[in-house]
Amino acid sequence: MNTVTPSQYLPEPPRETRHFRAEKFDFWSFFFSGLTGLATLFILGILATILLNIIVNGWSAISWHFVSTIPKKDFFDANTTGVLPMIVGTAFRVIVMTIFVIPVGVITAIYLTEYASNTSIITRIIRAAVNNLAGVPSIVFGLFGLGFFINFVGKNMDRLLHNSSAVWGQPALIWASLTLAVMTLPVVIVATEESLKAIPPGLREASLALGATKLETILRIVLPQALPGIMTGGILAVSRAAGEVAPILFTGVAYYMASLPGHLSDQFMDLGYHIFVLSTQSPNIEQTRPILYATVLVLLMLTFALNIVAILIRARVRKKLRALG
Amino acid sequence: MENHFETGIENLRQQLLVMASHTETAVNQAIQALMQRDYDLALRVKADDDVIDRCEVVIDDLAIQLLTKAPLATNLRLVTVAMKISQDLERIGDEASKIAKRARDLSQEPPVKIQLDLPRMAGRALEMLKAALDAFVHHDPAAARAVILRDKEVDDFNKQIHAALVQHMVENPDTISRCLHWMVAAKSLERIADHATNIAEDVVYLCEAQDIRHTGFKNQAAPAAA
Amino acid sequence: MAEISIPKLTPQETASATAPAGAPFIEIEDVSLFYGASKALKNISLKLEEKVVTAFIGPSGCGKSTLLRCLNRMNDLIDGVRIEGTMKIGGHDIYASDVDVIELRKRVGMVFQKSNPFPKSIYENVAYGLRLHGVKAKSDLDSRIEESLRASALWDEVKDRLHSSALGLSGGQQQRLCIARAIAIKPEVILMDEPASALDPIATARIEDLILDLKKEFTIVIVTHNMQQAARISDQTAFFYIGELVEFDATTKIFTNPAQKRTEDYVSGRFG
Repeated sequence: MNTVTPSQYLPEPPRETRHFRAEKFDFWSFFFSGLTGLATLFILGILATILLNIIVNGWSAISWHFVSTIPKKDFFDANTTGVLPMIVGTAFRVIVMTIFVIPVGVITAIYLTEYASNTSIITRIIRAAVNNLAGVPSIVFGLFGLGFFINFVGKNMDRLLHNSSAVWGQPALIWASLTLAVMTLPVVIVATEESLKAIPPGLREASLALGATKLETILRIVLPQALPGIMTGGILAVSRAAGEVAPILFTGVAYYMASLPGHLSDQFMDLGYHIFVLSTQSPNIEQTRPILYATVLVLLMLTFALNIVAILIRARVRKKLRALG
Repeated sequence: MENHFETGIENLRQQLLVMASHTETAVNQAIQALMQRDYDLALRVKADDDVIDRCEVVIDDLAIQLLTKAPLATNLRLVTVAMKISQDLERIGDEASKIAKRARDLSQEPPVKIQLDLPRMAGRALEMLKAALDAFVHHDPAAARAVILRDKEVDDFNKQIHAALVQHMVENPDTISRCLHWMVAAKSLERIADHATNIAEDVVYLCEAQDIRHTGFKNQAAPAAA
Repeated sequence: MAEISIPKLTPQETASATAPAGAPFIEIEDVSLFYGASKALKNISLKLEEKVVTAFIGPSGCGKSTLLRCLNRMNDLIDGVRIEGTMKIGGHDIYASDVDVIELRKRVGMVFQKSNPFPKSIYENVAYGLRLHGVKAKSDLDSRIEESLRASALWDEVKDRLHSSALGLSGGQQQRLCIARAIAIKPEVILMDEPASALDPIATARIEDLILDLKKEFTIVIVTHNMQQAARISDQTAFFYIGELVEFDATTKIFTNPAQKRTEDYVSGRFG
């Protein structure tokens, strides 16, 4: 008898008992997440390799003596050499740069975001200028600093103040810092603009509706909120400027200074430039290698330290903004 | 896409028309039973009053539901007026029932030999009801106003018939119980006309947002009564 | 039988609410607004009473918010806006060349659709406007802030945490804080642009009760797309449609027996 039982005609399980597990393995999703993980590891690996290379090679020359001594003219003697003036020079120029770039950058960004009409020709010219500035090679900034700050501004200041004796019209800390400020301006402007744009327009409206002027609104509501973003811009500017050599080449760095820079018109020594000097002028590369790597390490640590300090301050500011006003 | 609220409003209007139709039929049949001494018809009218009562409940329920949806303007007026008209129609149904009851009783006894204007009065009352309901259906406030003005006529009819019956009762005491039945029937007809007037006033409010109740409008056509 | 005398009512008196009488406080005369070439408000004329709640209703894009924002010149902030016609508050033309916008906004306050408390403490939020306009002494600030928070029905809920962040309040509380902030500087007019549209029904009901309280002291104009809200809280209602004022009358009349068919259709839900 060919009786057909119901079970032969129910190839699939009834709907209620179907599970939620995936029917088949999703290869592409797995592949992509794997790829992103690998990319991250790759980047970390490169970073680790660079750091390890530097530490391994330079560790032997690092000492308290190294970072606290003003060296003699012969840098290549590992026993007497030191990098204190370079540390001081780098730090000073970065700090002076920050003092100039933050206010100018912030005010420009405020103008572009809060005051300028988005469609006017002036605004478009300014934005184009800022964007293009970001693409100018650093060496060109160096030449600009020489031609404008030193030969024009400096020499004219000397004419007016010092009877044309050479005080300002020559390479100096101030001109190097200003050159760096011009170079990192786009970074600060963009970071500030982004943080200003991130503030909801409702806050500005509320302030204006209460009878505040635009200026009061910016000073009391907008800027305090934008502070973390501005600091981010500052951090980025500092990170970039600390390692730049080309802009300071003609504008203020010196091969050798017997004393630490004490005045804005002084020249200064610089870690980045010193690395260049050590690697190209050394008579005995084997002997100089540890000093070279140690200097690199010091530069990295200095940049790192400056960043950490700025990030900590920014975190404090953020926390304060979140808690109360 | 259906406007569900509008559908609800239309539903309410339809229910009201159904109730109106039942009520008109009831009044019609009650008068018929009375005039033609039709025992069975009278019983049917009494039994059918049930339907009218249930209609009132349904309409009020629908109206409350619509009120929760916060109708405004014309819809608001329609919903509130629907509740009032349903009440008036229910009362008219009750009056028709009363007429039917008297018709049933009168049909069991020999007729009274008296000339009454009752047929004309009944005709007027029925016309008023029809006209008021038509005014509602056709959104015609002028027609509604015309209904209100005719209430006086029916009131006068009632007084005449009342006087004639009293006289007859005095002269022929053996007809008292039958005459009383006629008096009640006449009174019910007068009440039906009153309710029709109420419905007409509600129609004016619905169409024009004018509340003309108790304004002496109905006394305009007739001379001031004592 | 003694005659009971009951006053005879004429049909007109039995009709819906009496139209408000009194001197107009806000006068809008033949006002048109242009965004560039496009005419967003078309020859609006309107007179609003003092200490009364007026509702602006109409479908999206009809211009009600635009008109509201003209009253405290917030439209000045938008590029390319041009206004024709006259707007007077308390008899003074608010678009006259010698008008100080700051002073205007001190006397015409605004509450927005999305509550926008500053990321500061509750105290500082209310103090902001006071400080802007010269109130400095702590005792003055304290008393004015308490007064405003009480008037906004918020005091009891926040009196123990005045210095905690305003952003920690619920949506309804934040909106009441914004109202407190606006009334702290004692304006004469309060403009509200859909103040409860982002709130749940209970918070909305509290804001509505607050508005009914506030109207004893302030002239209030409220834009709302919720007709039942307009019916609940306003005394007069103006209905706008594609930039035109279609009808303006006592609220009860607009919602029980509007004169214009377009108003009737909108209010009955047939469009918009």
